Amino acid sequence: MLKVLNKIVERCIGCHQCEEICSQAYFKEKNIEKASLRVTEIVDSNNVLITCTQCGECIDICPVEAIYRDDRAIIRIKKEICVGCLMCVGFCNEKAMFQHDDLTEPFKCIACGLCARKCPSGAIYVEELK
Amino acid sequence: MNINTLKENRRLLYEYRYELDKIEKGYSNKSLYINLSDNKISSMPVTDMMKEKFIGGKGFGLWYLWNAVKPETKWTDPDNAIVIASGPVGGITQYPGAGKSLVVTISPLTGIPIDSNVGGYFGPLLKFSGWDALEIQGKAEKDVVVFIDGNNGIIRIEEAPLEAIDAHVLGEQLTEMYADSEEDKRNIAVVTAGTAAENTLIGLLNFTFYDVRRKVTRLKQAGRGGIGTVFRDKKIKALVVKFSGVKGNLNNPADQAKINRTGLRLHREIKRFDDEQCRMRQVGTANIIEVMDEYDLLPVHNYKFGRHPDTHKIASNVFRDKFLTQGKPDGCWYGCSLSCAKAADYFELKTGPYKGDKVTVDGPEYETAAGVGANCGIFDPEYVLECNFYCDTYGIDTISFATITAFLMECYENGIINKDITGGLELTFGNQNAAMDLLHQMSRGERFGKLAGLGIRKLKKIFVEEYGADKDFLEDIGMEQKGLEYSEYLPKESLAQQGGYGLTNKGPQHDEAWLIFMDMVNNQLPSFEDKAEALHYFPMFRTWFGLMGLCKLPWNDIVPASNFSSDEPAKIPEHVQNYVDLYNGMTGNNISKEELIIQSERVYNFQRIFNIRMGHGKRENDRVPYRSVGPVTVEEYESRKDRYDTQLKEKLNIESTGKSTEEKVKILRSYREDQYEQLINAVYKRRGWTMDGIPTIEKLKEIKMDLPKLIEVVEKHL
Repeated sequence: MLKVLNKIVERCIGCHQCEEICSQAYFKEKNIEKASLRVTEIVDSNNVLITCTQCGECIDICPVEAIYRDDRAIIRIKKEICVGCLMCVGFCNEKAMFQHDDLTEPFKCIACGLCARKCPSGAIYVEELK
Repeated sequence: MNINTLKENRRLLYEYRYELDKIEKGYSNKSLYINLSDNKISSMPVTDMMKEKFIGGKGFGLWYLWNAVKPETKWTDPDNAIVIASGPVGGITQYPGAGKSLVVTISPLTGIPIDSNVGGYFGPLLKFSGWDALEIQGKAEKDVVVFIDGNNGIIRIEEAPLEAIDAHVLGEQLTEMYADSEEDKRNIAVVTAGTAAENTLIGLLNFTFYDVRRKVTRLKQAGRGGIGTVFRDKKIKALVVKFSGVKGNLNNPADQAKINRTGLRLHREIKRFDDEQCRMRQVGTANIIEVMDEYDLLPVHNYKFGRHPDTHKIASNVFRDKFLTQGKPDGCWYGCSLSCAKAADYFELKTGPYKGDKVTVDGPEYETAAGVGANCGIFDPEYVLECNFYCDTYGIDTISFATITAFLMECYENGIINKDITGGLELTFGNQNAAMDLLHQMSRGERFGKLAGLGIRKLKKIFVEEYGADKDFLEDIGMEQKGLEYSEYLPKESLAQQGGYGLTNKGPQHDEAWLIFMDMVNNQLPSFEDKAEALHYFPMFRTWFGLMGLCKLPWNDIVPASNFSSDEPAKIPEHVQNYVDLYNGMTGNNISKEELIIQSERVYNFQRIFNIRMGHGKRENDRVPYRSVGPVTVEEYESRKDRYDTQLKEKLNIESTGKSTEEKVKILRSYREDQYEQLINAVYKRRGWTMDGIPTIEKLKEIKMDLPKLIEVVEKHL
């Protein structure tokens, strides 16, 4: 069973609470640039929501084998091995691998579901894939 | 052999301890000096003057080498130094191609400084261990390994009698020996030569990196100019650096965000465009084998011809489809998403001492396939891979080996040498068994292989003096200049590229200027002034990579979308700005793209003056063999008859009808040689040199390089 953060873009109201709770949980600050998902508000159209599909293509991109699929099938980064080359960020098809200049390693969604529980409109949710 | 046995037979000659300091804005601010004659180790400060005038990398190497040698120093003298340095941008992990080491020494082939740019982890790990450069002087009595422990600040010189010499074995042995675990192997970088480096003048250095996926030690080469020969002459078996804890911020750049942003943009560009542009991630530099053939530029039969009907047999897709493992991150330093260091895995060797072994073999690079393949008339991909493997592990330069072998084959086919002289090797074009035997002989230091390993310049002299060969013919077909063998492009139909090879500092290597497409295909350089401008700008621009610890390939082997609307597409302006940003982001300086060129000009002119100081580096040394300029033989002329006849008509208003080919060869030669001389005039003028190729004092003042020791050298020649 693979848990993946999924989205219904039509429902997104652009409140950014998902990003805030994510950065708060993982980096102890409210800074949407440090969230492992991204909401971009679009005038006159649906917002763009970037979420990780856990596809795992970044595993082979990483030159140091710092990226792996854990036993819940979630793609994770071993920070102690990561050399911060940002290739995984540049090569992610979903643009769902993130980096911030304060940090030496990239970061990504691990489908913990905090954001989904916070979302007031049901725009994001954790889906269980078989 | 058991690693413990190797260790037990080690003998410690000297141990040196040093303080670990932080790197600031790309510099550790000190260099490591080792003298193997008396086992002396010391730390040398990196001064502000060095950073301003010489920047780093090759600049530091040339500066230390200048101070190490005298005008009469020969390559074998203990004073000759090998200097290895990264550069201020070297070791960043965010921008592709940022792990290069620059190696400098007095070349056994040329007698002047050679510089070579090589991947692998040594340069960055050396810097993170606290050293901007490593200078090795002196000669050990017995074979030694130098070990640098960059986490604990310890350096050891140890006698190492039992370790292997061939690189693929020694690289594995030392990686195994110094790593604490499988995970630790990535933190070990080894520099080795190989057995043939001891017996020839074309020895190279192998720089390792540990491939965590294949679980093998990979080799990258500082190939040109015989540096490995100097290395073995100093009785160095290997240099080893160990450093764990690589991160993207170890250089402590002035502006990390700028470097991140620049790197990320290029990663995205490579993801978007590489498959439709150069396919570096699929086949590496081999992507141009068939392109060169298509444009009549692939060296075939010792540069006589530019294409061959069998080229398809060694085309890039043959390697991709049959040999190269796909989908691996094949960068030779972290963060290189261009990933051109391709490898064939489980390749079974058919010959030599490792026959039957299944090994991981490099690529091959374009130069190797074009050289050991097409230029020798051999179109067997398995031969190319096997020859590549053995050149690397034996520690010799595939380019020089290829160009020498092609020269020997032409000599053989012309009866200049024969089986009596070659010891039974039938060195005809296409005879891959003979070529492979020659290579194995170089490893063993035997027979004709040992002679061939002297390089074309010395072979020409021997063939004339001992075998009565026609000197003029050998001067025409022996593709060397300054003593260095040509790399693997056919320059004869591009005047600018004749200069691109001929007007280089170290000898005819294409890393200074590759202008064939601009000149011959796209006709962007119609006048002498246009060619001279290109032969100023591009050598200076390309020199800059070697000052920084960078690779040239991510500059123009991937092209951004903006280039198609650019005023100067050949320069790739967006990427030039990337480099300006990387340097400024690292050092906190604020140079412009024009100042970038001046940084290079300082080192470039320094190297030219270094050559002059060593008794070379003047106009007479910039002469080139006629094979690189035009058709030497009737056979060559007739292979491109229409092109040459048209040129006689259009350029000289000479009708070809009624003239013998011999007559036409002569007329064309006179014209082309004159063109080359005119090109030299224009280039020297643009570079600020006299018509004898001497940098003027005004030029040195203009670029703030009027150092007393340089003025002293040039004054004698003005």
